[in-house]
Amino acid sequence: MEFLEVFSRILGSAVIFATPLIFTALGGVFSERSGVINIGLEGLMIMGAFVGIVFNLTFHTVFGAATPWISMLAAVIVSALFSLVHAAASITFRADQVVSGVAINFLALGIGLFLTKQWYDKGQTDFIKQPFYSSDVPVLNNIPIVGEMLFSGWYWTSYLAIAMAFAAWFVLYKTPFGLRLRSVGEHPMAADTNGIHVYRMRYIGVMISGALGGLGGSVYAMTVALNFSHGTILGQGFISLAAVIFGKWHPLGALGAAIFFGFAQSLSIVSSDIAFLEDVPSVFMLIAPYVLTILALAGFIGRAEAPKSLGEAYIKGNR
Amino acid sequence: MFSNRMINILIPVLSVILGLVAGAVIMLVFGYNPLDGFAALWKGAFGDSYFFGETIRQVTPYILSGLAVAFALRSGLLNIGVEGQVFVGWLASVWIGISFELPMVVHLPLAITAAAFAGAAWGFIPGLLKAKLGVHEVIVTIMMNYIALYVSNAVIRSLLTDGADRTENIAATASLKSEWLAEMTFYSRIHYGFIIAIAMAVVMWFILNRTTKGFELRAVGFNQHASNYAGMNVGRNIITAMVISGAFAGLAGAMEGLGTFGFMSIKSGFTNIGFDGIAVALLGANTAVGVVLAAFLFGILKIGALNMPTEAGVPTELVEIIIALIIFFVASSYMIRWVLLRFKKEGK
Repeated sequence: MEFLEVFSRILGSAVIFATPLIFTALGGVFSERSGVINIGLEGLMIMGAFVGIVFNLTFHTVFGAATPWISMLAAVIVSALFSLVHAAASITFRADQVVSGVAINFLALGIGLFLTKQWYDKGQTDFIKQPFYSSDVPVLNNIPIVGEMLFSGWYWTSYLAIAMAFAAWFVLYKTPFGLRLRSVGEHPMAADTNGIHVYRMRYIGVMISGALGGLGGSVYAMTVALNFSHGTILGQGFISLAAVIFGKWHPLGALGAAIFFGFAQSLSIVSSDIAFLEDVPSVFMLIAPYVLTILALAGFIGRAEAPKSLGEAYIKGNR
Repeated sequence: MFSNRMINILIPVLSVILGLVAGAVIMLVFGYNPLDGFAALWKGAFGDSYFFGETIRQVTPYILSGLAVAFALRSGLLNIGVEGQVFVGWLASVWIGISFELPMVVHLPLAITAAAFAGAAWGFIPGLLKAKLGVHEVIVTIMMNYIALYVSNAVIRSLLTDGADRTENIAATASLKSEWLAEMTFYSRIHYGFIIAIAMAVVMWFILNRTTKGFELRAVGFNQHASNYAGMNVGRNIITAMVISGAFAGLAGAMEGLGTFGFMSIKSGFTNIGFDGIAVALLGANTAVGVVLAAFLFGILKIGALNMPTEAGVPTELVEIIIALIIFFVASSYMIRWVLLRFKKEGK
């Protein structure tokens, strides 16, 4: 039983860390599948975290227990709109997509901190009063072993994230919309010839990534961080980007990669309590996700094929 | 009316103007007086010799990180890993600085060289992966940034100290600090590193424009296939570019380690020297002169901004927004070019 107990503890905290990564990575999949590199996932998460926290602080007396969910929705909408900046620059103005993404990261942090100073007159916001709470799933949590591991003490957002991954898979691979989105990322000219609006599809792809990045950021902020400061989102966006690539640009792959990275992150935190990991310096746990991503890219863990025209601006009429 | 060359100069200038105008608009929207805001910024950067010293201090690493990004970009590589290369350079320089007792003529150059080598090694890995396996350097360098951050922290905590949050101060023989410069500027943290930064700008110009290797590096940046056809070893050039770029970045770290701080502490996040270097390089159009000018601009903005809350009540972070917008405008040069060419047509 000892092992199961430890395992369920690690799993529990891994899922908490993985949930925001799953959302954001799924967003990344949509954007990159449509052919737009999104280094700005970090910035989109920052925006989501900022909006989620501010909305929560402002309206928690109005909405009561529903506040985190509504704040989450607000973060989704604002981040989707914010991602339009990246879309406009990299699709319409043919900016270098990586550079534009880097600028998104600067801009989100700048705006977030500027407004925090402006509205709260200090470097970070107060702690929110209505965070997400973990809960047990009724009925299912009575199943022996599995019930304890998967259905007690989890956050509803985690189930949402996993469901969202399957939904994303369905949308991308089983609907005409998904086919169009993918075709725009593979061969935009062929798609254009077939009457698909390349620019429109790419805008949609980037905006979905904005929405999901905002979702991820707000969930992280309202589950783990509980306030907004310059250090609230610290690399989670880049880890999500790694999950996109590690998962080979596939929603379910991204889901698996995000859970794996969640594991790695939680291991670095809980490893001190676990007998056989006690002696491993935490630095190895901390760098594991990044080292593994590099190894994966180098082809040691199966070659990752990016969408064909990823990173290239589509110029109508160019051959 | 607008030649190509002129447009290339106009784009960064217009981007800066647009960025500043946007900053002014934001100040207006939030009820500040933009003139007060910019006046405070100007005073914060040049108001007295202390501020001026601090501005130069800030410009120094920016020049080097800008050169790092620009050098790689000239070979067609986007080195987002400057941040991590700065970290390892900083760590290496401090490591040498605290663990040896040598005369200054040996110690200081040794510490600086170590930083350059550390940065170069950190740049070598993504370069090698790109050259041999075709792995995209952007993702690898991002990952290397985090590895550098956590490894440096671990080294400081467990190798250089006994669980402390910062290393001891480096020996005076490894320091770039300058008594008379500091005295002249009311004890700002200005240091001799500035000379190194300028020298490196000259080195970059020389390598790229006056040597065969530089010609090859630029050729690979323009067209890999053509370079390959002309008998150049594309892979080796990619690795060389990343190694030199990493060395510049490592030196930027040495500026912080040997000049500004004289120690290294545990960091919870990035210093942003590397990320700001991307902005510097882009604005400087990837040329040595451009990078130096752009580094000055961003150094002035960053240091000047610190004075904005006290004198004009404007939050410092406004400058981050302005810098982000400047990058957007430079990156979206297609838009500016399009507008300029429209004017040109109508002018006829």
